[in-house]
Amino acid sequence: MAAIEDVSGPTSRTRSRWGSRLDRREGRTAFFFLLPGLIGMVLFLVVPIIASVVLSFTNWKLLGTPQFVGISNYVRLFTADPQFWPVLRNTLFFTAEYLVLNIVISLGLAVWISSLKMGQRWFRVVFFLPTFTPGIAVAIVWMLIFAPGGFFDFIMRSVSIAMPSMLTDQTLAMQAIIIVSLWAGVGYNTVLFNAALDMVPQSYLEAARIDGANAWQRFWKIRLPLISPTLFFGTVMTAITSLQVFDQIYVMTRGGPGNATATLGYAIYQRGFQNFQMGYASTIAWVMFAMIMALTAVQFWLQRKWVHYDN
Amino acid sequence: MTTKSRTRFSLALDILNHGGLLIVALIFLFPFFWMVTNAVRSNAEVMAYPVRILPHVFEWDNFAKAWTQLPFGRFFFNSLFVASSVTVITVIVSCLSGYAFARLKFPGRDALLMAYLGTLMVPAIMLIIPLFLIVNSLGMVNTFQGVILPVAFGTFGAFLMRQFFLSIPMELEEAARIDGASRLRILVSIIVPLSMPAIGLLSLFTFIGQWNNFLWPLIVMTGSDNATLPVGLTYFQTQQGTQWNFIMAGAALSMLPGVFLAILLQKLIYNSIALNAGMGGR
Repeated sequence: MAAIEDVSGPTSRTRSRWGSRLDRREGRTAFFFLLPGLIGMVLFLVVPIIASVVLSFTNWKLLGTPQFVGISNYVRLFTADPQFWPVLRNTLFFTAEYLVLNIVISLGLAVWISSLKMGQRWFRVVFFLPTFTPGIAVAIVWMLIFAPGGFFDFIMRSVSIAMPSMLTDQTLAMQAIIIVSLWAGVGYNTVLFNAALDMVPQSYLEAARIDGANAWQRFWKIRLPLISPTLFFGTVMTAITSLQVFDQIYVMTRGGPGNATATLGYAIYQRGFQNFQMGYASTIAWVMFAMIMALTAVQFWLQRKWVHYDN
Repeated sequence: MTTKSRTRFSLALDILNHGGLLIVALIFLFPFFWMVTNAVRSNAEVMAYPVRILPHVFEWDNFAKAWTQLPFGRFFFNSLFVASSVTVITVIVSCLSGYAFARLKFPGRDALLMAYLGTLMVPAIMLIIPLFLIVNSLGMVNTFQGVILPVAFGTFGAFLMRQFFLSIPMELEEAARIDGASRLRILVSIIVPLSMPAIGLLSLFTFIGQWNNFLWPLIVMTGSDNATLPVGLTYFQTQQGTQWNFIMAGAALSMLPGVFLAILLQKLIYNSIALNAGMGGR
């Protein structure tokens, strides 16, 4: 290698690193093609990520000069802030219940739709509709349904179930948020799982039928293992979005009653844009990021136990 | 005889199966029904108890009133402008970057692509605070560019377009290159027209994502004139004597494009999600 370089001098070195002059021109073209995207990415992604880390170690309150305070934001968050643990618990509670129900319901709907002889695509559209509509509008409509003396109360009273108003009750408020989130969110996974079920080769199911497997066995032994990679994908994506829940809570409860529905997403907004504690809010944001990473890692670890890949 | 009764039995099961899901679907659609039927009654009737399923009188002009008085019409056009602008910028930037990644050789290409993909892992809500500070320091708070620019450079589009461009045969552009056409020329007149399915998909999901976006415009649009529809909807929530009928009309208005596109483009949406389902399997 060294010998060859000695013989042909600098041109060859350029060639080995850059390729021909044509390639260099291509590199220049690539640079101009990438430039708009790169400027945007640096300004609105890379700089904010770095700024967010730095901010989380300061006490900046938007006005005045930020002061470096070391890890004291993190210490305060975990040891002194009386709201943090309830917020963390609410977020985990929401994510756990919402995730399980979302996957179970959307898988159920997907299987049901795939069993139909006609109208499959129309049922898919129906359940998908809320996915394409603003979460805020969805939450406002459900707020009217759950309002005291509203439709939900009316139905409960007409079947003689005495219960407090959903949105003002300490424990029921979170259930209301979960119901709304499910209505808005099951559609995507329903279509996703339905599409995966459509890809299961008919010949597999036919062969199992001939071997005497009933519908129940065909589902658990053939269809479910075959769509498990898609199920895994849906679960991971849903978990990531549910940890960030914000819109429904902003509209329906503003984190209340008390702290009952305050989640990490809402806490970031509250600390950042109502109290203008930009440093402290960034600290909460990093805790959220750590949780997203941890939950995703756990899911990837668990997938070895239940996800079947082709080879 | 047995086969006949068996087919009859399975036919009955089929009807039950379809009917059952039909009932579930109708219950699922109830919030849409409730929104529209509450938009067209008087506000007193919205609040009345016992609840009436259908309005006493259908006041269809509530939609016109919500459009002009509240002013949901203005918010509608603000939303339209923001979502369309972000979509146009995203498509242009993504096509340019995607082409560079798919067809041009340059040092560090694969590393840069990995970096683009890596940024997809960062949840949007995390960047809200530094992004606001950047917009603030650029003097763009409460401006359309302040809402549009920070969300218009998502890296997913570049990756999507790269994947699609890779599937286009090289030969199609080689002839043009021999004729001396520039890369930009090739991209615009050969590659882009062939990539309409991917561009359509990127446009659809970008547009809907921005149309439905709430937190970012909520933070940047501090004045009510520039509010997008989702932000505008929340303005009338806390006021005394909430005009629920008009708010429902506004909510219906905000859902219109999404519902319309979901029905019209159901095949495209299904295929794109099916692609995800397929990739989950690899």
